[in-house]
Amino acid sequence: MTFNLRLIPLLPFLGAAILMLFGRKWSRDTVVAVAAGAIAGSCLVAFDAFFTALPLAEPNGLHDTVGTWISAGPLKIDLAFRLDGLSGLLCLIITFIGFLIHIYSSGYMEHDPDYPRFFAYLNLFCGSMLVLVLGDSLPVMFIGWEGVGLCSYLLIGFWYTETANADAGKKAFIVNRIGDLGFLIGMFLLYQFAGSLNISEITTVASTGSALMQPLWGSTVAFWAALFLFVGATGKSAQIPLYIWLPDAMAGPTPVSALIHAATMVTAGVYMVARMHAVYLLAPAALAIVTAIGALTALFAAVIGFAQNDFKKVLAYSTVSQLGFMFVGVGTGNFEGGIFHLYTHAFFKAGLFLCAGSVMHAMSGSGDIRIMGGLRKKLPWTHAVFFVCWLAICGIVFSGFLSKDSIIAGAMSTEHLGDWAWVGQAAGYVLSLAALGTAFYMSRLYFLVFTGETRASDEIKHHIHESPGSMVGPLVVLAIGAALAGFTGLPGGLFEHPTWNLLNDELSPVLGPEMEVSRLTEVGVMVGATLFALLGIGVAWVFYGGGYREPSRKFAAAVPKLVKLVQDKFRIDELYQFLFVRPIKRIGNFIYFFVDRILIDKIMVGVPVALVDLFGRLSRLVQGSGDGQRYMAIFALGAAVMVFLGTQPDLFGSLKVSVTGRTVEVDARRGGKPGGRALEYSFDFDGDGKPEVEGASSTARHDYASPGSYTVHVRIKDPRWGTSNSLEQKVEVP
Amino acid sequence: MPTTYYLILSFFLFLIGTAGVLLRRNALIVLMGIELQLNGGNLALIAFARELGDLKGHVLAFLIIALAAAEAAVGLAILVGLFRGRQTVNLDEITLMKR
Repeated sequence: MTFNLRLIPLLPFLGAAILMLFGRKWSRDTVVAVAAGAIAGSCLVAFDAFFTALPLAEPNGLHDTVGTWISAGPLKIDLAFRLDGLSGLLCLIITFIGFLIHIYSSGYMEHDPDYPRFFAYLNLFCGSMLVLVLGDSLPVMFIGWEGVGLCSYLLIGFWYTETANADAGKKAFIVNRIGDLGFLIGMFLLYQFAGSLNISEITTVASTGSALMQPLWGSTVAFWAALFLFVGATGKSAQIPLYIWLPDAMAGPTPVSALIHAATMVTAGVYMVARMHAVYLLAPAALAIVTAIGALTALFAAVIGFAQNDFKKVLAYSTVSQLGFMFVGVGTGNFEGGIFHLYTHAFFKAGLFLCAGSVMHAMSGSGDIRIMGGLRKKLPWTHAVFFVCWLAICGIVFSGFLSKDSIIAGAMSTEHLGDWAWVGQAAGYVLSLAALGTAFYMSRLYFLVFTGETRASDEIKHHIHESPGSMVGPLVVLAIGAALAGFTGLPGGLFEHPTWNLLNDELSPVLGPEMEVSRLTEVGVMVGATLFALLGIGVAWVFYGGGYREPSRKFAAAVPKLVKLVQDKFRIDELYQFLFVRPIKRIGNFIYFFVDRILIDKIMVGVPVALVDLFGRLSRLVQGSGDGQRYMAIFALGAAVMVFLGTQPDLFGSLKVSVTGRTVEVDARRGGKPGGRALEYSFDFDGDGKPEVEGASSTARHDYASPGSYTVHVRIKDPRWGTSNSLEQKVEVP
Repeated sequence: MPTTYYLILSFFLFLIGTAGVLLRRNALIVLMGIELQLNGGNLALIAFARELGDLKGHVLAFLIIALAAAEAAVGLAILVGLFRGRQTVNLDEITLMKR
């Protein structure tokens, strides 16, 4: 069924274009009205499309083909969009949370002079993200993929006057480029072996044919394609080893961190793996790698989060860790679990980030949690929202509880990994530990910021105030979402596959039936995870309840080096600096000094310059006055002579004469080459003044009656100019 | 009107321009001479285009008009620069090429 899906990304793009062109001249209210209006319109269309597509329950959903984008030989790519349960859900998340964040930003960015630019980028981002999820083929998806990368770069470096911010933007872009190369290679492999770049066609090929099971480089095509696509996902979704850009990306404005670096863009990798699930299911080894990377990232980032002292940095590592959870979900073939967590995470993580913005707004812009504390009474609304989102991310009752359990239970009982089933089980245990860690660092954050006494200076304390309604409103909506979103996807294993499992209804036509999990596993995981979460919260209370308590000080004093190491993020950035950045810089320097300075500047530029200089010096010796006009006159004279010579027919011509018996053949064409000019030739062989042969042909033959010595006269005429020229040659006729 | 008339006019335009370029000593007038030369060329192009019924001549003429505009801008800028540096635009006094 077709539907006007192009409107969904088009509206934000239009908003961005209008704001870039006219935004500077408009008032702030107009700018917000245009930006939020564009995304609200897009949101309404998305809801309309979603509820049109849902009852159809056909796996292909809604279509919209705008036109042919590339047509080259057998390669044909349409600019086409598709909305099914999976992309529809993502569309709702992007447009709805995007809308809330536009509203929030109108308050948060109120004092920023670059208001229109901010909203233009934000709209541009939403449009690109919608192209990414709605794209019907990998190249269209890739446009969105690159578009969101660009917007991420632009928004991280939004306050570009500070070098650190601009550097963070560049870092994000460059690290993402590494992943993008993997995405491209995966795309090329799929095109070569599946013969199409259209996602539904690839899915069909993957589920029916054996095209993707051909051996390649010691494994199968499906394995390499899946692995290379996953390299792209590690870049965009900040997984080991390419996660390093995301914490730095917090240099951007907080609403950007909430929308791009928590709720939407960074989940693109998870979405892509789920979108290409048919390919991944053919390659259990690739799935096992996805699972392993996800589990390691989840635990590793959670541990780094223990010791960070910046509000947004804690949340950034938390995002990396939660993305790891999602990758374990999709990596164990539990695609619905992964998408479920993506969906609940979008609500509570956006909520947490917007709370961070609200708190920093109140703390005169500082994000240092060491000087916060006791904000519960001063920021009641922010506190209430943070409290709900905190419980949600810790996995207690609210939405994070169900989605996290779905992933862990799925990992424990997966059947998609084949020989690597143990990786899934190990990932389940690692994730349980990571969930414990999550509860610890999030509770540490909560206790240090909201309980006890404020540790800030009196000046900052004096300014603490609750944020305006435009900021609190979206917060409350997100808190409701964080609390309730999880209940749309109750686990089938526990509740006997209820008919009202909305999430399953919309995703199963696309991603296949929900993973079978035994009731025992389900209950075990739920109880275990809840106990772990409570343990994490308990430990955090002992250490940080109501401020820095005695145990936390003792711990820091007992193992200062360990604390410092975690605080320095295990010095991974420094390791990359040493392993990659410095060698590349050295190579660059070498090339600069050798190729640029010596080879190009000295040899390839310097030598010709010296030659020109030499000839210039030499010709200056015979130069007269140095008066330009004299040179001009000589030049004009020369030009005149050349024009004159050009009008002369065959000025330097000569005759080619060949004698065979008494027959003489004459060719008057210069050098034997065909000329472009129409000339008339007249041949006089006997020297009586009357031509024997006339015409446009440059050759002529003549039979002499008796032997002797003759002179051949040839007259060449150019009828255009009326000029003529005579040639003559003696011939001996035997 | 026969094309020859246009060509004769174009020839004289070009000749006057050339004379200006070669004989006048004021650089500004020389620039104007160059402009005349270009327009002489333009007229010839248009005349031939009309004679042959071929639009390429028009295209070239437009190209030359754009070129002439750029040339005038750059030429005047050079003149201003020259005048600032040497307080003169008399070509007899500007003999930089012999140093």
